[in-house]
Amino acid sequence: MTPLLSFAYLAASILFILCLKGLSSPESARRGIVMGEAGMLIAVVATLLHKEIISYEWIAAGLVIGSGIGTAISLKIPMTKMPERIAFSHAFGGLATALVGVSEFIKTGGHVGRLEMGALGFEVFLGSLTFTGSLMAFGKLQGFITGRPVTYRGQNIVNIGLFFATLVLLVLQIISPGEQPILLFVTCAMGLSIGVMAVLPIGGADMPVVISLLNSYAGLAAAATGFALKSNILIICGALDGSSGLFLSLLMSKAMNRSFANVLFGAFGTQIEPTAAGAGGPAQPFNEATIDDAAAVLKAAQTVIVVPGYGMAVSQAQHAVRDLAAALQKNGIDVKYAIHPVAGRMPGHMNVLLAEANVPYDDLYDLDMINDDFARTDAVIVVGANDVVNPAAKKDSSSPIYGMPVFNVEQSRSILVLKRSMNAGFSGVENELFFLPTTMMVLGDAKKTLLSLIVAMRDEGH
Amino acid sequence: MTDDLVFGLYIFALATFVGYQVISRVPPLLHTPLMSGTNAISGISLVGSIVAAGSNHNSVSTALGFIAVCAATTNVVGGFMITDRMLRMFKAKRARGAAEVIAPPSVAKAKGH
Repeated sequence: MTPLLSFAYLAASILFILCLKGLSSPESARRGIVMGEAGMLIAVVATLLHKEIISYEWIAAGLVIGSGIGTAISLKIPMTKMPERIAFSHAFGGLATALVGVSEFIKTGGHVGRLEMGALGFEVFLGSLTFTGSLMAFGKLQGFITGRPVTYRGQNIVNIGLFFATLVLLVLQIISPGEQPILLFVTCAMGLSIGVMAVLPIGGADMPVVISLLNSYAGLAAAATGFALKSNILIICGALDGSSGLFLSLLMSKAMNRSFANVLFGAFGTQIEPTAAGAGGPAQPFNEATIDDAAAVLKAAQTVIVVPGYGMAVSQAQHAVRDLAAALQKNGIDVKYAIHPVAGRMPGHMNVLLAEANVPYDDLYDLDMINDDFARTDAVIVVGANDVVNPAAKKDSSSPIYGMPVFNVEQSRSILVLKRSMNAGFSGVENELFFLPTTMMVLGDAKKTLLSLIVAMRDEGH
Repeated sequence: MTDDLVFGLYIFALATFVGYQVISRVPPLLHTPLMSGTNAISGISLVGSIVAAGSNHNSVSTALGFIAVCAATTNVVGGFMITDRMLRMFKAKRARGAAEVIAPPSVAKAKGH
């Protein structure tokens, strides 16, 4: 490696760390992203001057095609589809690293040392696992594949077996590197199938954890590439991506009250099966409210907290939520938003949607910041959230979500729940909040309900 | 070989540590931009892809490199663009908003964190 290239990579690595540092506050975040872009530009230009590169046609074609696809996706995609886009890009990241690994192996003709072989094996395995795992997550989010967990007898044994078989494969390749080139392709096939098998048993509500984990795997695959190509910048960037995925996975698992081991191996199917619970049982009475009833409650309130959930994303109701909040604020009512770490399908999902709808971020509150406020709140509006407002998480030790930190919504004076129907949600867990005397259920599409609420508020005002 | 491995592990361990420290300061508000930002950064595998696509070794490794360049560039360009698009949306209360709405005491509390 020429000194120029080494220094360029060093500068790029520093810029990437500064980029992440910028994300520690919304004010400095955009500046941070500019540094990240500068780092990437320096790294790519320096690489193009690499002496190993003889022809530029394919590189240029790839850069143009990739930029085209990347630009098109990022300009067109609605914010509600953010989890899908992230899953999709993890798939691309995994694909790129797996292909670089295979390509490097072919280039050397199998004449590699143990370190390179081991790194290539890990790279190809993690890359292909991330590729299919992310495609599965994408399919589940997009609804191509059922969002419910797919389980079968002996699933754990199959998955653990596949995993150990891969470990054996990797060890064999490290012992006698490059002697059996077919082994690397088998490793690739194993990675591809483990990616599919591991995400199959995971339900929609666990998606924030899965996406964070895949983020981490994509990073580790890039770091393994760095070991194989002896490139420090790849090791550093892989480590940064891996640690961000690890950090988010830990955070998500804490917010769901699962141990980290459960999250890691939850991906291998050791989850509890949440279906059936509460599906039958006698129908409990609940208060179904009309739009006018709901509007009257909001009119009488001084303080209102909005709790958004995945349902808000599904019905694209973020703008309607903002409009209702604006109508309330106009009447002098104080409105805040309570954002649970696992609300939605990825970390920070709700924050992005509300930001898109022009809600100022100082109105958004984390769990710890707002949980004591519910007792002093006149009305809570639950928009498409379910598990994160389920009191069973605090009291019912038999509930699958027992121990998960949830909002103390039931302590507020009145609760409006906007929900499509009385069916149990994604997780299939019954929510007693819906049957409290202080709860009013407003059934129907959240966006339509919110829009009619705004109209009703305005009419009553006259 | 051992030297390379140990040297690589040093860098990996230190970068993981720095990354974890820096990232744990990112507020939940920005977790989606964080994810798409780190995704763009891990598109650095583009540099490996470029070497694979351009070193003209044989047609298979060039073809694989070409696909890798496409995929990695999609992540780099798309990742940075969409992160910026998201970050542009995050706004604090503007002056006219602040005049209408009196800041609740918990805002001050939140700022103190």
